[in-house]
Amino acid sequence: MMVNVIDTAAIQPVKVTRLPKIFAAFKAAPVIPLTIIVVFVLAALLADLVTFHDAYQVKLPERLVPPAWVGDTTVMKTVSETVAIDELEKKITLTKASAIDSSSQVGDRIEVVVRQGGSWSRPMGTDPLGRDILTRIIYGARVSIIIAGAALAIGGGFGTLVGLTAGYYGGKIDTILMRFADITLAFPLILFAILLVMVLGPSMMNVIIAISLVLWARYARVIRGEVLGLMQRDFIARARVSGASDWRIMMRHLLPNVMPTLIVLLTLQVGWVIIVEASLSFLGAGIPPPTPAWGGMLAEGKEYVSTAWWVTTAPGVAIMLVVMAFNLCGDWLREKLDPKQRSI
Amino acid sequence: MQRYIIRRFGESLLALFALSIIIFLMVRMTGDPALLMLPADAGAERLEEIRHSMGLDKPLVVQYGLFVRDYSTLSFGNSLRTQTPVYDEVKDRLPNSLKLVGAAMVIVVLIAVPLGVLSAVYKGTWIDTLATGFAVLGQAVPVFWLGILMIQLFTIRLGWLPSSGMGGLDHYIMPAFALGFFTVAAIQRLLRSSLLEAMDSEYIKLARIKGLSEFKVVWKHALRNSLISVITLGGIYIAILVTLGILVEVVFAWPGMGRLMFQGIVFRDFPVVQAVVLISAAIVIFSSLVVDIAYAYLDPRIRLQ
Repeated sequence: MMVNVIDTAAIQPVKVTRLPKIFAAFKAAPVIPLTIIVVFVLAALLADLVTFHDAYQVKLPERLVPPAWVGDTTVMKTVSETVAIDELEKKITLTKASAIDSSSQVGDRIEVVVRQGGSWSRPMGTDPLGRDILTRIIYGARVSIIIAGAALAIGGGFGTLVGLTAGYYGGKIDTILMRFADITLAFPLILFAILLVMVLGPSMMNVIIAISLVLWARYARVIRGEVLGLMQRDFIARARVSGASDWRIMMRHLLPNVMPTLIVLLTLQVGWVIIVEASLSFLGAGIPPPTPAWGGMLAEGKEYVSTAWWVTTAPGVAIMLVVMAFNLCGDWLREKLDPKQRSI
Repeated sequence: MQRYIIRRFGESLLALFALSIIIFLMVRMTGDPALLMLPADAGAERLEEIRHSMGLDKPLVVQYGLFVRDYSTLSFGNSLRTQTPVYDEVKDRLPNSLKLVGAAMVIVVLIAVPLGVLSAVYKGTWIDTLATGFAVLGQAVPVFWLGILMIQLFTIRLGWLPSSGMGGLDHYIMPAFALGFFTVAAIQRLLRSSLLEAMDSEYIKLARIKGLSEFKVVWKHALRNSLISVITLGGIYIAILVTLGILVEVVFAWPGMGRLMFQGIVFRDFPVVQAVVLISAAIVIFSSLVVDIAYAYLDPRIRLQ
């Protein structure tokens, strides 16, 4: 029989570090989505430092420059004495041809650059007004983050308060508040926001107000459901016996317990708010034009899809990546924090 | 059942009532509605005239009565731009929008159901990964950008499909797919998780013990019950399709309500925008009523609650 001899001198005091625990929590973390979110937030915060162009200044001579990796666009043209208007596409005059290639003669076919290629000073090209697209995407991140942050803070905060109140007091208050929430949820939200922006006039503040007004109901419903479950628990009764006020119970006892749900919902809705804001701006009922907003940039490029694909591609990709990143992180957080709701 | 229908009907009326109150008050509390009803260059005299004809000099309750009367008789006022009744425009365009939403629904059912079933049956395999990836994309790509991408690929590059307007069936393919994409993603995910839950249940074990083929077990027994969770949210999906329809119509120059609304926004034509919002909201409220009643009819647990 083997006997384990324990060398007591070798036993060292166990060092308790919290670090491995934190690592464990992030073990299955979605790395790519988190990276995208970090880049997005940094871009928004440091927009002034990381851009080299003016996001607003119109430079018509530099309009619709393609992205850096796109080379010159050339067309083969036949050199002729004179060019009739309707033949411009395929022919070039001798004078112009000589300027490109001095040895050209009538009848030759020469290669003519019809559009200059891009350069790395404007990596993603320029828009129809000659503004650098990358710069506007970066400033657009700032617009998106301000709107998502403010709308979620106002709408989510108000909705949480309504949910706590409805769940805590129950009865008539609950019925009335939830009726309001249901009615709000039954509306086509973007339409409602459009109408609101129409009435108030398009501005960033009004877009935030419009989105918050339609956002709160979801929070009210979900938080109320959670609170109803918590109200049966002993610690609420004990808090009451110990003389805590209603407000204290809601803020100190209920709110921390609904926090995980709240965080999941907030994360999942960042993407939703960004899409709603982009949709409003795309329709012209969002952020008014000179401000770089991703939806507005898409709308401006819409007319140029056949000639300048890059104008719509950059903001489209930006929206898609950020929304996808927040959705995936939200799903991950839900699995981590709130196993009950996995199927929803 | 009867009680359920009556209750649900009452709720819908309440929602419509709330909607009308909100729009009514919103317009009146945030400024002068007469200003919204007039082009920016209208004179003071015309403003007074409009104020009087809109009844803005009467008490609020009376004003609300007039508002309800106008809308319940389908009189949406005149467009500021064309000076013709908004009703005339709406009348021609509403069917076009409904056709587009209908086509999108067909696409949603045709794609979402097979994808959801496949990813549940082949859980954890590459099929599931692919289908889930499709769903993740669907919930992140803005519909209007998807529309633009499709035009770039299928119209400009390949020249296969028309990019704008209405016409034959080929005009429906891109707009309907772009419109349905988001809903496909949502339904597919939901169906996958509820199907996985169903496959674990006792009645499926029984069906298997009975010796039914796997095909019958999945497509007949499990799917039937899982679809209920999808139908529960039917009203929400309709709301999503109607709303996104506006964006898709703008991209594909579809002659429907969304395009009408877009023009309304561009020209600050408030009566037009207001009419489209009210009609769309009414459609959404009404169709979720129909969905819920159909649902209660199918599932006795709901109506007996």
